[in-house]
Amino acid sequence: MARLSLRNVKKQFKDTKVLHGIDLDIGDREFVVFVGPSGCGKSTLLRLIAGLDPITEGQFHLNGQLMNDVPPSKRGIAMVFQSYALYPHMDVYENMAFGVRLMGLKQTEIDARIDEAANMLRLGELLKRKPRELSGGQRQRVAIGRALVRKPDVFLLDEPLSNLDAALRSDVRLEIARLHRDIGGTMIYVTHDQVEAMTLADKIVVMNLGRIEQVGSPRTLYETPANTFVATFIGSPRMTLIKTSRDGNRLGLEDGGSVVIEDLPNANANGTLTLGVRPDALTISRDGEEGFAASVVYTEYLGDDAYVYARLADGTLVSVRTHPNALYEADEKIRLHVDAAQAHFFDTQSGQRLVV
Amino acid sequence: MSTASAKAMAYDNKGILGTLGRDGLLQIILIANTILMLFPIVIMIFSGFKSNPEIFNNPFAIPDFTNLSNYISVWTQTNFIRYLFNSVFVTGVSILSILVLGTMAAYAIARYEFFGASFILLFFMAGLTLPLKLAIIPLFILFRDLGILNTHWALVAVYVAMGLPSTVFIMTGFIRTLPRELEDAARMDGASELRIMWSVLLPLCRPALIISAIHNLVPIWNDFFFPLVFIQRDALKTLPQGLTAFMGEYTTNWGVMFAGLTLAAAPITVIYIILSRQFINGMTSGALK
Repeated sequence: MARLSLRNVKKQFKDTKVLHGIDLDIGDREFVVFVGPSGCGKSTLLRLIAGLDPITEGQFHLNGQLMNDVPPSKRGIAMVFQSYALYPHMDVYENMAFGVRLMGLKQTEIDARIDEAANMLRLGELLKRKPRELSGGQRQRVAIGRALVRKPDVFLLDEPLSNLDAALRSDVRLEIARLHRDIGGTMIYVTHDQVEAMTLADKIVVMNLGRIEQVGSPRTLYETPANTFVATFIGSPRMTLIKTSRDGNRLGLEDGGSVVIEDLPNANANGTLTLGVRPDALTISRDGEEGFAASVVYTEYLGDDAYVYARLADGTLVSVRTHPNALYEADEKIRLHVDAAQAHFFDTQSGQRLVV
Repeated sequence: MSTASAKAMAYDNKGILGTLGRDGLLQIILIANTILMLFPIVIMIFSGFKSNPEIFNNPFAIPDFTNLSNYISVWTQTNFIRYLFNSVFVTGVSILSILVLGTMAAYAIARYEFFGASFILLFFMAGLTLPLKLAIIPLFILFRDLGILNTHWALVAVYVAMGLPSTVFIMTGFIRTLPRELEDAARMDGASELRIMWSVLLPLCRPALIISAIHNLVPIWNDFFFPLVFIQRDALKTLPQGLTAFMGEYTTNWGVMFAGLTLAAAPITVIYIILSRQFINGMTSGALK
């Protein structure tokens, strides 16, 4: 059982405000991912939850108990660090035993727990090795094992994949997902990689500049981003934002063509409107007067897909997903059409989502 | 053979010659240096097996190593064992205190952010620049008033004060290079601050601790000046001070004195060799990533 609730949590280092009032609820057995660009405060928030840094203002409750002044080891929380932070002078067994010994468990219980973790993480052969004799992936597993043996209610993982090479990354990602299914604890995972967030999370918390931009399932964030920040952060290649001027049902660019969309949001009639389009929402034609005018910059061929990057009249770079057999030369003039069902609309000033 | 590989060959040949020339010169300098360093030690050991006339007639001759009379007189006619024990005690307590206090101070300075941390570090640094011997008269008065004159504690106090600045300096620099996440991990594991220092930090600090120990060990063991001023009772004298007993006003039994010096230098040399080996091991095994 682990329910976390953060109420108006603020963090300040000397004169620098890092977190400006975080409100967040995390349910039992949820896999929550904090995602955002570097410096957005996601790691700081994790350290506040862990108890490694004090909360400046606001409350953090775990299962209804106020945790602000509870030391890290008494919170029932375990953490996997970005650098793994394995004790270099202890072997794998000792690394895992260090914490449980301090919990005052009997030797038989300690051995049983380490055995269980070692089996789950395939560390059995490595128990007598020092961290320096392990590969990156193995160290990662030891770091997870060290958290596992404490049987915490909440696991915190701080960018656990960032030190691994790309091939290993997807393996360990699967492993973490499997682990969450098997042990069923609440997991909070910090990353700046939106692919990790999308693949692992039950719930994603998108952060920017010390604030939460949006909380929701990967699908919610992808399909109904609350603002332009979330819209461009989630999804790869990223969503293109086109600042258009509106005339009735026609969204146009100055000297750059226009598109007609039947259902437009009510707000901002005859004003400006930011149109958000993912690579899937656009189609290309080679001629005609309809659609945005664009000139091809380059084509990225990926085998089963190809992405065409093109520049609009106002200089915006657009990515369009096309059939891999379609070939577009650089500087070729094309027209872009928008699939209205997949278009997103945002207020140009505030960047907030506008509902149709 | 292509021109490229021929060129490479020529370059290699030149490289080998150049390397030989440079390394050869280096070897000569190193060998000369070794001879220069070992010469006084060899003379000391040789002279320990000679009588006074032998030393003056044939200073460089290889002695009769079965002639142990000098060693026997060191053992029987002086308080050698007592002096040795005093030296071990004073040096041991001083080094231990320097390491314990220095590491604790360094940990606080390196890791906790508090008002005046950098001032305290500078204060320790200032100690590096002060020649303690200049303060000998005030120290004498101070120790007299404290009632620890003519005890070992006077020596320990001075040695700890002498050793702390460099130790704090070395340890602070070293602790700052250790990743903070290690301490955070230990904190998550439920370790107290003292436990973190003992179980996580100290084992990792071993190379730096050994440097500090070596750095302080030799000057403290060999110190002659402070015992001379602070210690009058024969039973409390340290080795360097006690060995002066062989220096008479008119005659000096050089053979016995060199035998005593050899015995005095032996333990410190052995410790030095062991510690350096430890230190080199520590250098290569502490790597984190």
